[in-house]
Amino acid sequence: MIPFDYRRAQDPADAVTAVAERPGAAFLAGGTNLVDHLKLGVTAPDLLVDVSRLPLDGVESLPGGGLRIGAAVRNSDLAAHPVVRERYPMLSRALLSGASGQLRNAATTAGNLLQRTRCVYFQDVTTPCNKRDPGSGCSAIGGYTRYHAILGASEHCIAVHPSDMAVAMRALDADVIVLSQDGERRVPLADLHRLPGDAPHRDTVLDHADLITAVELPALPMARRSTYRKVRDRASYAFALVSVAAALELDDGMVGDVRLALGGVAHKPWRASTAEEHLRGAPATVETFRRAADAELAAAQPQPGNEFKVRMARNTIVAVLRELAGAHGMGGEHR
Amino acid sequence: MTLQANAMGTPTRRLDGAPKVTGTAPYAYEQPVKNPVYVHAVQSGVARGTIRSIETVAAEAVDGVVAVLTHRNATRLADVGDDELAVLQSDSVAFRGQLIAAVLAETPEAARHAARLIQVTYDDEPADTELRADREDLHAPEGEDPPDDRSRDEFAAAFSSADVRVDQTYTTPMLHNNPMEPHTTVAVWDEESEVRLTMFDSTQGVHVVRSTLAPLFGLRPEQMRVVAPHVGGGFGSKGMPHAHNVLAGLAARAVPGRPVKYAVPRQQMYALTGHRSPTIQRIRLGAERDGRLAAISHDSVEHSSTVKEFAEECGKPTRSLYAGAHRLITQRLATLDVPVPSWMRAPGECPGAFALEVAMDELAEACGVDPIDLRIVNDPELDPKTGHPWSSRRLVECLQEGAERFGWAARDPEPGRRQTGGTLVGMGVAASTYPCFRSPGSVARIEVTDDGRYSVRIGAVDIGTGAWTALTQIAADALGCDMELVKLEIGDTDLPHATVAGGSSGLTSWGSAIVEAARILRHEHGASPRVGTTVEAETPDKPRGVAVHSFGAQFAEVHVDPDTGEIRVPRMLGVFAVGRVINAATARSQLIGGMTMGLSMALHEVGVMDHRTGHVVNHDLAEYHIVTNADVGDVEATWLDDVDPQANPMGSKGIGEIGIVGAPAAVANAVYNATGVRVRDLPITADLLLR
Repeated sequence: MIPFDYRRAQDPADAVTAVAERPGAAFLAGGTNLVDHLKLGVTAPDLLVDVSRLPLDGVESLPGGGLRIGAAVRNSDLAAHPVVRERYPMLSRALLSGASGQLRNAATTAGNLLQRTRCVYFQDVTTPCNKRDPGSGCSAIGGYTRYHAILGASEHCIAVHPSDMAVAMRALDADVIVLSQDGERRVPLADLHRLPGDAPHRDTVLDHADLITAVELPALPMARRSTYRKVRDRASYAFALVSVAAALELDDGMVGDVRLALGGVAHKPWRASTAEEHLRGAPATVETFRRAADAELAAAQPQPGNEFKVRMARNTIVAVLRELAGAHGMGGEHR
Repeated sequence: MTLQANAMGTPTRRLDGAPKVTGTAPYAYEQPVKNPVYVHAVQSGVARGTIRSIETVAAEAVDGVVAVLTHRNATRLADVGDDELAVLQSDSVAFRGQLIAAVLAETPEAARHAARLIQVTYDDEPADTELRADREDLHAPEGEDPPDDRSRDEFAAAFSSADVRVDQTYTTPMLHNNPMEPHTTVAVWDEESEVRLTMFDSTQGVHVVRSTLAPLFGLRPEQMRVVAPHVGGGFGSKGMPHAHNVLAGLAARAVPGRPVKYAVPRQQMYALTGHRSPTIQRIRLGAERDGRLAAISHDSVEHSSTVKEFAEECGKPTRSLYAGAHRLITQRLATLDVPVPSWMRAPGECPGAFALEVAMDELAEACGVDPIDLRIVNDPELDPKTGHPWSSRRLVECLQEGAERFGWAARDPEPGRRQTGGTLVGMGVAASTYPCFRSPGSVARIEVTDDGRYSVRIGAVDIGTGAWTALTQIAADALGCDMELVKLEIGDTDLPHATVAGGSSGLTSWGSAIVEAARILRHEHGASPRVGTTVEAETPDKPRGVAVHSFGAQFAEVHVDPDTGEIRVPRMLGVFAVGRVINAATARSQLIGGMTMGLSMALHEVGVMDHRTGHVVNHDLAEYHIVTNADVGDVEATWLDDVDPQANPMGSKGIGEIGIVGAPAAVANAVYNATGVRVRDLPITADLLLR
């Protein structure tokens, strides 16, 4: 391990200042992703500013029915929080489907959002990677692509964002509260993560010393009937091949409103806006769900080796919507 | 004469259980040593070529670095007949991940950091790493005569005239042993001592490590000592020394008097500690309408390495499992620029039985007979391979008892029809078999000690199997005393010679020697021998003229999500005929461990080699999937009440490997029954079942 300095931040502003002063500095929270990367040589910060003990671990209801989640709230605690379970079950389920119990106990809310995209070549410093070493080339293209993107990738990078939690938060239209030396600002989660384009080394729009202090979920009554479905290669401790976060509101057999986001398919949590447009106001039937899924996935550009993800995503979207519709008494539409 | 069982057969708790679960059992890396040096290795970044330059100055400058070893400065080995072990002896690179340098440092962190600073350039050559059945350079393994033209013609005639034919190709991927305890060695070189090189090693056989490595370092056997007090799993990957053992010796040689500690990181194991070759297997079965086999053929293709030949003999189970007049078994290898393949639990039998037992399922369907009945009508009177009678077989009883216990009658022979709550449900069966090996040359020494007990010494190794406990039970019954009076010592070359814990041969080989020594003690010295009385005996010869194999029947139920293709296996059952079970608790663990590993092979495990680079890209436990607890349902292993007097004096047979043989086929056959999708290529993953 390359030697580095360590300091514990006194308060959020102190953390931001400490990181701003050193170009090679990084925030350390749960460490479940960063420490791995330190060991693998993927990253080599010269200063770690520990923000894990800052008082950012509260979960509080907001006026109007929303929820403010502190950046340092552990994944396990957030998943088990009674308000989350009641108002945003898709978020609780997404969290519980991620990683392992040990990792969820350590991982934080902000750290989960800011985990790096996942790719075996990115993690292996002996192979070229545009994300790790811009301009060196993408080893995944033409290589092992099973866990790689089918939407929004570029010729420079086909990695996917591995978070489950973020997919649910994307469906819920979360905002991220960011502290910088210029003060506090609000970044919609929709804008936080980037597509790789020609700069895959940047996973998010955040600048060097930007510190996430909280995530805010808007009030969304329909999310009380929501779910998260993760399809993976083993029952636990595996990244998603495809995942779906969804909330569905029915109005006399028609889709009133819907929230739909996909994981495991892109460099960022993928909001299925096209599918949502097809669904709103349409009859809540399996046929509609299929057409909506197909519309969303029309833009898919799978790699040789992960073509199956298109059908898997389509089937999973349909299954999740069918399940949610069934929960509204639309059981006759099953299969 | 078969030994009377008193201690044997009881589920005695592991003697080493308490120290293990309390963390006080010292494994190789935990041996207390003073002032150690830590080793971190550098692996080649190309799959084939020559090292042009290797720059170590920056590494040597790291605080705490003691030495950097490369082919330029490492000790010349005295005997480099085995190229896998010719570590740091030349600038040539034969596979990606080969050891090319190592850092010795005061801390593991400094060693790892410095290793990253070593800059290597290569004159690389195109590497050839892809196994295909249509390669023109396939060849028979060394020392194996391919079948002659006559047997080929006879098979072809019988196959083409058969009423029902199955002709399919099955593949299994590159697989990697991942014992919980990594491969670790603590080595000390002492110029002053008679014993020059001492190794605490995580190995399946201390004597094989010594007999292999001592000549490399120019040592006589008595100048080297190998100790393996506790071992956290091996599965074959610790069955013989690999390159990392040599590197530990070279490192110790470089810092005489200082212990060197070397734990192979998980990521480096995938290229260094052996793997199961990928296999391509064509099975042809020709049968009468009632399923009686007339012709059986098993053609397998595997890879081997340019460094050393190793053949995964997939045809082995097909030689003995079923009757059938005409049999054709061939094996060919492609010698590629890949890491050196080696033993992985049931080498040959495990992938071979996958192909054969899925083909049998296909034949059952083609004939319209129940898969269990098909196996019963093809149960051979004599061993088809040798023509010898079986010591005991009892596969039919295993199948029948398993069918009863598992509820086989509920299986719908028409695939894809059973559903529970929207989930597709299927059942599958497969047969298991494994030979009962007895390795010659183990020696047991029994001494009467002054506390009225018996010291039983043999250089065997308990790799987590329970051998420590089972050998104590055997010794107690052999001596006709309580277990408390037996003081067993194992895991050290200072003890009498013992063969490797591999091939499911441990208890047979070591136990037979102990029984023989006890017999001599009682015969020559009576019931109350004097303190200090010592006897020694070697493993008696194996029986001749009889075929000794373990058998079993494996059942699996699978549930498949029709939307996503996700597969779950809520229950598995294995019923085995394995002779006398010495220890019911540890035997059960061995059997369900093997079945679980088979489940893992069926659904998850695959070493992904990127043929552009010859690199196993998913080289850690996050990416190389092994079943988690959540994937493992109710796995039950049971056995027939059995004693096989011809197998060995205990009446037992090996159980370490048979659990994995057949398990992948049982799962694959259940997947077919659930979905109607016949997957012939492992692993079976959700995408293959999508509709």
